[in-house]
Amino acid sequence: MSTATASQASASTAKKSGGFTGKAANYLDERTSISGAVKEFGRKVFPDHWSFLLGEVALFSFVVILLTGSFLTFFFQASMAEVHYDGSYVPLKGVEMSIAMASTLDISFDIRGGLLVRQMHHWAALLFVASIGLHMLRVFFTGAFRKPRELNWVIGFVLFILAMAEGFTGYSLPDDVLSGNGLRIIDGIIKGIPLVGTWISFLLFGGEFPGTAIVGRLYTLHILLLPAILVLFLALHLVFVIVHKHTQYAGPGRTEKNVVGFPILPVYAAKAGGFFFIVFGVIALIASFFTINPIWNYGPYDPSPVSAGTQPDWYIGFADGALRLVPPHWEFVLFDRTWSFNILAPLIIIGIFIVLVLIYPFIEAWITGDKREHHILDRPRNAPTRTAIGAAGVTFYAAMWAAASSDLIATHFHLTMEGVIHALQAMLILGPFVAYFITKRVCLALQKKDREIALHGFESGRIVRLPGGEFIEVHEPLDEYERWRLVSFESHAPVILRPNAEGKITNKARLRSALSRWFFEDRIAPATKKELESGHDGH
Amino acid sequence: MAHDDNSGAELAAAASSDHGPENNVSTGTAVVANDAVENPGFPPHRQRVTDLNPKKERTAERTVYTLFYLSIIGSVWAIAAYMLFPIEPENLLSVRLNNLFIGVGVALALLGIGIGAVHWAKALMADHETIDERHPVRGTDETRARAVEIFETANEESGFGRRTLIRNSLLGALVAFPLPAVVLFRGLAPEGQDPVALLNETAWEAGTRLARDPSGVPIKASDVTLGSAFHVIPEGLSEMDHMLEEKAKAIVLLMRLKPEDLNEREDRKGWSYDGIVAYSKVCTHVGCPVALYEQQTHHLLCPCHQSQFDVTNHCAVIFGPAARPLPQLPIAVDDEGYLIAQSDFQEAVGPSFWERH
Amino acid sequence: MFTKKKRQDSAAKRGRRHPLANVALIAIGLIATGGAYAGISSATAQTESTVVSQASVEDGEKLFQANCATCHGFNLEGSDEAPSLIGVGAAAVDFQVGTGRMPMQAHNVQAPEKPVQFTDDQISSLAEYVASVAPGPAIPEEQYLDADGDAANGAELFRINCAMCHNVAGAGGALTEGKYAPSLMGVSEAHIYEAMITAPQNMPVFNDMNLSPEDKRDIITALKFMENEVSVGGHPLSSLGPVAEGLFIWIFGLGSIIAVTVWITAKSN
Repeated sequence: MSTATASQASASTAKKSGGFTGKAANYLDERTSISGAVKEFGRKVFPDHWSFLLGEVALFSFVVILLTGSFLTFFFQASMAEVHYDGSYVPLKGVEMSIAMASTLDISFDIRGGLLVRQMHHWAALLFVASIGLHMLRVFFTGAFRKPRELNWVIGFVLFILAMAEGFTGYSLPDDVLSGNGLRIIDGIIKGIPLVGTWISFLLFGGEFPGTAIVGRLYTLHILLLPAILVLFLALHLVFVIVHKHTQYAGPGRTEKNVVGFPILPVYAAKAGGFFFIVFGVIALIASFFTINPIWNYGPYDPSPVSAGTQPDWYIGFADGALRLVPPHWEFVLFDRTWSFNILAPLIIIGIFIVLVLIYPFIEAWITGDKREHHILDRPRNAPTRTAIGAAGVTFYAAMWAAASSDLIATHFHLTMEGVIHALQAMLILGPFVAYFITKRVCLALQKKDREIALHGFESGRIVRLPGGEFIEVHEPLDEYERWRLVSFESHAPVILRPNAEGKITNKARLRSALSRWFFEDRIAPATKKELESGHDGH
Repeated sequence: MAHDDNSGAELAAAASSDHGPENNVSTGTAVVANDAVENPGFPPHRQRVTDLNPKKERTAERTVYTLFYLSIIGSVWAIAAYMLFPIEPENLLSVRLNNLFIGVGVALALLGIGIGAVHWAKALMADHETIDERHPVRGTDETRARAVEIFETANEESGFGRRTLIRNSLLGALVAFPLPAVVLFRGLAPEGQDPVALLNETAWEAGTRLARDPSGVPIKASDVTLGSAFHVIPEGLSEMDHMLEEKAKAIVLLMRLKPEDLNEREDRKGWSYDGIVAYSKVCTHVGCPVALYEQQTHHLLCPCHQSQFDVTNHCAVIFGPAARPLPQLPIAVDDEGYLIAQSDFQEAVGPSFWERH
Repeated sequence: MFTKKKRQDSAAKRGRRHPLANVALIAIGLIATGGAYAGISSATAQTESTVVSQASVEDGEKLFQANCATCHGFNLEGSDEAPSLIGVGAAAVDFQVGTGRMPMQAHNVQAPEKPVQFTDDQISSLAEYVASVAPGPAIPEEQYLDADGDAANGAELFRINCAMCHNVAGAGGALTEGKYAPSLMGVSEAHIYEAMITAPQNMPVFNDMNLSPEDKRDIITALKFMENEVSVGGHPLSSLGPVAEGLFIWIFGLGSIIAVTVWITAKSN
């Protein structure tokens, strides 16, 4: 986006000034009709809020990943042929390892700036997935996925999955002990899949694990196939942002029919363009001061060694944790075949979780039956059930995520790993319910407080004695702008179950009615004009 | 502000009177209040110090170009650092300094541009917000009618709906044509090999000596003192083809316990030698090396998913997601006192797979 | 445990002074200065005292009876509380007492490393006493502790034999039921060697037939290389791997970037 806006910037300034730039702009426009694009997009408005920049963080870190990754491809060799390492790192000298590992070591120890670029690439990858995650949470909790943006939620979610796939394939490339054991686990998981698992593993690894093919194959996925798909979806995602125009938070003057903010040229371009450089700079700063993935400690992959604290990168942690949370003996032989539910159960649960997140916009749209477009975001408290569902989902994910570091939690907090696992098993099952209940109550309480303040103003802390001897606290009324923030939302009422045209009550209607009751039974209506007028008389 | 003239009442009216096709759209469960509070319109514009105070404006200007100059310094520094802090072979400090100083220069170059541009936008560029009108995402009725018309014309002119035989045979052809690609993927793994058969056997044979990992030096029973744990590979592993694949299945952990601590099943009494037992090091869960041996509790722990196995009890699972005990390698001692395998493992080692039984 | 009483300084104030009080006080002073801690634990190897001096053994016996016998028994026979020390050798004493693991303060899943309670002389006396009762692994010879062996061989052996518990970077790791393999950073060469031959707590034995003294020297070399060489990429984040990296990027990476987003979108003054 920054490059696009930059070229627009040059084009638009070019037209205004004469001389060379004017001529250049004319030349360009006569061949590209670019003036139309500048006219269309140059003053497009983009609302200003910090949480709207999270997606940009993801975009910018992806650009950093592309730049640094391209540099790395010039040096990295994705071959598993064995060589004797003869580089600069003494404790590995003469050790037999794959060319992939040796070339990664050369990038780290023998190419000036190579380690910097490698660390930037890896840190940017962690930041990429993290910012996508946070961006998704923002979109979820503010209801930004509602019509017309449901499909863009799906596209964004696919991007999240692709980002994880990119991360995992990249993590496995250096062929060190840590990533090799990661692949060992993937192999074990695949083998646990009924019917096709053994063969998928056999084909993926080009024979028996570890084989000599996997790094090359993952490399093709990592630098060709996955980035191509990712860029495609990313472009779609951004096109839809332009088509839909960005959402905005409720505020005075803002309606469903307008979008208020700064024009792309010049303010937004400067801010977003500047922000790209800041994100890039922060990644460079982290990479110069903090080690990431010191493969020279792990050594070349060999099926025998393993390190205490073998974990995947953070974004795969939830899957690793889900594997750890399975109780013993969840496997049996039936019909002369092995059913590994210690692997299938986590796969199925994660699969259901992913599908639920993916289709949530459609579920909510069906329950509310609301067919209008929504461009004003909900404050999370004003959609208590959605917020509570989100909190439950976050808790569920967090339990799995934390389980991936159960051993480190145990050593750092002086607990037993068995205790940590059991506690997280309880959290996985009970935590979402507790989180749901607490969040819903907190949201409703906050809504009540908002309503109270809208009607009666702030508590000023000033106590006044009335002539009759009664003490009251003076409430300061809000100005109309502040009040608007508190009252500008819609509440929902549950669907009442009614027979349809044929006089029947279908099961679908019954389900929808029940779900809408679950969603909207507890509701706080916004203060109305009439209430405000009478509210003022109260004090 | 540019739009101060928008009064709240007008905005509220605009909001409630939907235009175009949005008019009859269902609001679903949403409660549309008739006497909802009106949008008060935009608050008055607040001017920045840089708008009011020319001195502050000049300061801001200075800050911005200073940042851009700093960025240039950063870039120059990064180039200089590339030359001033070269990597000397086998000198880790030189790698550290190279990484640090190039990185700091690059970071300064980037942050200078970024912070400068943002500060410019915030403090100096015109800060009045502007407004875009939104229109429904759907096309207008005319556009949609025209689109439908185009499709109908195309259908008419091609006969796609009418000539069903052509259509259906085309659909069939489109389904069939990618299938050869699926078959091509069979070539990902070598032909003539059966993965199930391969998974069921390892490099251990009757008489293979147990050797140290990685040196390959065979182990005498007398070497294995009480409380010892040896990481074991079959002797001659390094000469085998597919060394890593064989090693991935054949790795074994050898431990000596007091014979009375071993709680051996009748049919496996002959599999150990004087308290020395050998178990596969590949976890039966998803295949990590299970090598954390606690010599007092006789528990084995897998560091990946924390499965625990009780060595005294034929490596039965006592905690964690694994389901099956670690396979035991039957061992004996040859004439020269070296530990040897009595046979291959009696079951497939490593993670479970569908055809395993 | 008498040094603990000394630390409270009550004995000194009352004028009752044990003959070893001065030495103990100096040791405590050194410990209190914090930085000296590593120095103490690395200076415990006493290889030159191969000839057992009778006086030293007697001192050791007195120290043993006063500080260790309650649990380990007056004849080293052990009790329900603690294992027998017959045949554990001087190396075990030097490791356990020299790293502060013994005397144990409280019964727990395992004895933690803590400030050393005895002086070097006292530790060697204790070691000589225990070795005099029954032979066992001796304190390692200096030639294997110079950390000047083959680091590549040592690192490979370390990865295969040690890393699954102690982590590839020697950062330590979790064991079952609250036990743990401690970090190996900052542990003296002698103590690393002694741990391998004496198998403290749940650690398996790595006798000389498994890892030859030269192998052990190589392992120590690799560990000391990791400990002393600069971390090339920058701060190592405790060498804990992806979990530490993930927490870092969420808290500090994304945290600082969110701070920037708030600044970018905040209205200027």
